[in-house]
Amino acid sequence: MTNNAWNKRDWYNHPNLIYPDYKSTVFRNPKNSLIKLENLPEIPSPSFEKTSMRSIDSDLTLNAKKNYDPIGERIIVLGKVKDEFGRPVPDCLIEIWQANSAGRYVHREEIHDAPLDPNFLGAGMTLTDKNGDYKFTTIKPGSYPWDNHHNAWRPAHIHFSIFGRAFVDRLVTQMYFEGDPLFKYDPIFNSIPDKKAKDRLIAKFSIDQTIPEFAHAYIFNIVLRGREATPMEA
Amino acid sequence: MKKNSFLQTSSQTVGPFFAYGLTAEQYQYDFPSLVTGSLIKTEMNEERISIKGRVIDGKGVPLNDAMIEILQADPQGLYRTDPNGDFFGFGRMGTGTEKTNTFNFETYKPGKINKGLAPHINIIVFARGMLNHLFTRMYFSDEKEENDKDLILNQIGASLRSRLIANKVGDGDYHFDIFLQGEKETVFFDI
Ligand SMILES: [Fe+2]
Repeated sequence: MTNNAWNKRDWYNHPNLIYPDYKSTVFRNPKNSLIKLENLPEIPSPSFEKTSMRSIDSDLTLNAKKNYDPIGERIIVLGKVKDEFGRPVPDCLIEIWQANSAGRYVHREEIHDAPLDPNFLGAGMTLTDKNGDYKFTTIKPGSYPWDNHHNAWRPAHIHFSIFGRAFVDRLVTQMYFEGDPLFKYDPIFNSIPDKKAKDRLIAKFSIDQTIPEFAHAYIFNIVLRGREATPMEA
Repeated sequence: MKKNSFLQTSSQTVGPFFAYGLTAEQYQYDFPSLVTGSLIKTEMNEERISIKGRVIDGKGVPLNDAMIEILQADPQGLYRTDPNGDFFGFGRMGTGTEKTNTFNFETYKPGKINKGLAPHINIIVFARGMLNHLFTRMYFSDEKEENDKDLILNQIGASLRSRLIANKVGDGDYHFDIFLQGEKETVFFDI
């Protein structure tokens, strides 16, 4: 089987490479168009296993806890990973990273003057189960300023990295929260041309998934590229 | 024909702060890394190589906040992506831990793959300022005969092919700079 069986990146739903409102895109992306390839043989995705992970890797309220619980609003983030045909994608590695509740990243180069939380790192990982479902427990991240333009603030978000079933089926994105007043000012969010595609990056609050007396829940479903089924496929 | 009922989740930039999540071990944060810049898991009697390079923007500046992922075949030309095997052909590095903003992968040289593919490394580039990751691939300057027959290189204009070929700079050492933009702009693929 060749790689051409994979659906292409759907550029209607992805940002342009260069989006001048997000200034650093201007010098950090090619000006030549991307080259299409014929008969590219299949390149697999790396696979990952649950056994290489600790259970606290998906609980960011515990995985850097020193003596107290991290400060902030505890939340559950959960969802399903499926492909464009609606098939669940099991055993898919999801890595996340985020700011703390004050909008501060642990990263050493971060200079935003908001407090670090000694009990919170902001990194997590998990694998989807056999139904393509995943779940993290974390703290709701705060908004933070950046230097793209005057008075620039990112809407609160969690960064996601996802491995699909082939090398080409790779996704890095950001998950946002329903009702954020900063959406209309954020060039990263608005770099996505399609309004509905933007909406799909916004996690929805779910009262059904909310755990009584413990944590609000937000649902964020992810759609990876699809591959046409062939008669050879089991 | 294609009948997809769900639409791809949009890409967003990896941003400047991925290091403590995606490359924690390399940057010395207290979080486990499932992958690193070393693909050497067990000693094999094969050709050990290093791949060093930089990610350079349109002003000629090497980025200190890019991230590279590589995926390659083993020395026999087979993709080995099982994390429990004696070779796991996947690596990841950020460009922010060396003064020169270089990445530095340690691995075994991949073998040629059946179906007309010269030895090569599949590469994904991420960075702040990149809303989408980019795909490219790297070939070896000392494999000219195989490169000339390569199914993919032969789909690229002759003048651009050299941009995908890493220079051998020492015994087992290869150098491959990735130019995001400009006169030497790397060839990126819509795959
Ligand atoms: Fe961020």
